[in-house]
Amino acid sequence: MAENGFRSATIAVLVDNEAGVLARVIGLFSGRGYNIESLTVAPVDESRLHSRITIVTSGTEMVIEQIKAQLGRLVPVGRVSDLTREGPHIAREMALIKVVGEGEKRHESLRIAEAFRARVIDATTGSFVFELTGATDKLDAFLDLMRPLGLAEVSRTGIAAIARGPRTI
Amino acid sequence: MSADQTQSGAEVILRALKEQGVEVIFGYPGGAVLPIYDAIFQQNAIRHILVRHEQAAVHAAEGYARSTGRVGCVLVTSGPGATNAVTGLVDALMDSIPVVCLTGQVPTHLIGNDAFQEADTTGITRPATKHNYLVRRSEDLARVIHEAFYVAQNGRPGPVVVDLPKDILIAPAPYVGPSGNGHRTYKPRTEPDRAAIAEALRLLKGAKRPILYTGGGIINAGASELLREFVHLTGFPCTSTLMGLGAFPASDPQFLGMLGMHGTYEANLTMHGCDVMLALGARFDDRVTGRLSAFSPGSKKIHADIDPSSINKNVAVDVAIVGDAGRVLAALIAAWKADETPPEREALAAWWRQIDLWRARDSLRFVQSPARGAVIKPQHAVKRLYEMTRGIGREVYISTEVGQHQMWAAQHYRFEKPNRWMTSGGLGTMGYGLPAAMGVQIAHPDALVIDIAGEASILMNIQEMGTLAQYRLPVKIFILNNEYMGMVRQWQELLHGGRYSESYSAALPDFVKLAESFHAVGLRARSVDELDGVIAQMLATDKPVIADIMVDKAENCFPMIPSGAAHNEMILGVGHESEAAGITDAGLVLV
Repeated sequence: MAENGFRSATIAVLVDNEAGVLARVIGLFSGRGYNIESLTVAPVDESRLHSRITIVTSGTEMVIEQIKAQLGRLVPVGRVSDLTREGPHIAREMALIKVVGEGEKRHESLRIAEAFRARVIDATTGSFVFELTGATDKLDAFLDLMRPLGLAEVSRTGIAAIARGPRTI
Repeated sequence: MSADQTQSGAEVILRALKEQGVEVIFGYPGGAVLPIYDAIFQQNAIRHILVRHEQAAVHAAEGYARSTGRVGCVLVTSGPGATNAVTGLVDALMDSIPVVCLTGQVPTHLIGNDAFQEADTTGITRPATKHNYLVRRSEDLARVIHEAFYVAQNGRPGPVVVDLPKDILIAPAPYVGPSGNGHRTYKPRTEPDRAAIAEALRLLKGAKRPILYTGGGIINAGASELLREFVHLTGFPCTSTLMGLGAFPASDPQFLGMLGMHGTYEANLTMHGCDVMLALGARFDDRVTGRLSAFSPGSKKIHADIDPSSINKNVAVDVAIVGDAGRVLAALIAAWKADETPPEREALAAWWRQIDLWRARDSLRFVQSPARGAVIKPQHAVKRLYEMTRGIGREVYISTEVGQHQMWAAQHYRFEKPNRWMTSGGLGTMGYGLPAAMGVQIAHPDALVIDIAGEASILMNIQEMGTLAQYRLPVKIFILNNEYMGMVRQWQELLHGGRYSESYSAALPDFVKLAESFHAVGLRARSVDELDGVIAQMLATDKPVIADIMVDKAENCFPMIPSGAAHNEMILGVGHESEAAGITDAGLVLV
């Protein structure tokens, strides 16, 4: 828990996969003044009847409880799980990172990429696109190193998260 | 799905409404909903009430719903029809009123093309409703209508919009009846947790200075009888929010009156000084709590509500109970009776002695000069209206607009039964009262229905006088006319140095002539000696009436907790020494 009683929370929400459901969730956050640090969404079952939304937010304990209760009362929301609070969980995101440059800087970016186990998924004589998956901290550290080496563009997916062990949402 | 494919979408909608028990729709036609109006024309089971503005259709449905406990139904066209309905929808959302609103929409192939009378209705109404739907496929139509009714009335009630493209109304659609399941995902909890009930009981049994703080949730749950039983069983004092008035009889000695900003001295001081608070179907609104940091500082708080997001939203509580107010009360009554721990009788008796001292302050007191020609005090007008409508052998329903007259009505009109009081609490919508009264009168044709109004509010939906005339609805409009937006004027007097910026009701119509032009009866009382005669004449008239009661222009509504003040920092009215703590800057922004 950080200062001022603020904490970060990764919340997984299982919703009916119907029109407007994402707008409902986002509207809830903007309408009530809650933070969204990351939000991802995709259908997660075979029949595509349900989607999973993963939201990273922050606030006081009372605000986070309120966010969960507000999410829970949306009609198409089935389950709300506070992954941060309900035991250990793993969170990952993926980034596509374009680095433009030549000479020594270009070689250095490739060496760092290897150290981070980033994959080269596109290359020209003057550029690389790296694909890197990992925890948010790892992606941030990689981007910091790439910045002086010609970092030109970044696309990040936002966080997908799941509980450790056999526990399910 | 054994479906009958021979009906149009419009016919399927009417069939579904009929199966949901709808008898009345409040609406206004337009291009996009013409197929539904055509289907209405060809049947007799459902009655359509033509309003004069779509906002009024929703308020009328709210009045219908609140006075009957059923779902109110609305039908409006696309574009402006839907946008005009939005105020009513938000009003129903804030006050937890079950309403289903059908909106027309341009044909599916034109959606997104900025077509004539197109609006993004589901987008606009998403934060204005409990839930909404856009029906894009004929095979979803019947299911969605049934689901809308399920969602509107289960859990915390609220408004649901169903947006209906014109091609879906015209094309044949299969009919299916309501599924036993209601909704595949939405299954709100109604049965309270046993451990929470046990913990609540332990606190209540040990309470030395208890209070029951009850709200509109009791009325929505139909739990008034259970509330009365529980209050009498425990011997505890009971207060109510604006929305909860009538859930507990005002004449019962254990009732302390309304609490909050314009609540009674005894209700607010009992809240402030209690050691155990049981909140039932109420939501700790800012108009109730006053300054949060000073709200009932020494108490253990138990909060029972059907909506988990209402719990711990504004005030952190010690025991949270999610459930229907009726089931919570039934569980508490059973637990109280089964538990052998004796309650704190002596402490409770001492608490009542203290409460009776607060009560003796008579915080609702006002001074009415009886002299001939004396100006009418607005409180006196409400009090006389109450006294003259008691025991007349008819059910009486009261609606209000918003402002000073609303608070005076809440303070001086005393309700013995639930579902008799319609007022806009959460949103505070001026213009609510007349259309709401209309909806009540449709549901209760033989009842006496009175809209206690202000001269400014009434003009916001005055066009509905036409609806009263068309359907011969004998609604009585009792205007406390002080020629000011009175609550605005009061705040300007108390907080803004008496600079009455834009709050004077200039160029008012002659309400007597206005009534007559709408085929109603207009009456006026200018002084206190005329008041009873006007009320008597109003009650004796079997037509819509506007009674224009000219009242004291400078009267303020007391008692009052200034914004940003605590419950024990109330301002009492004339004849009471002031104990105001003054209004803080922080309070000023809360206005």
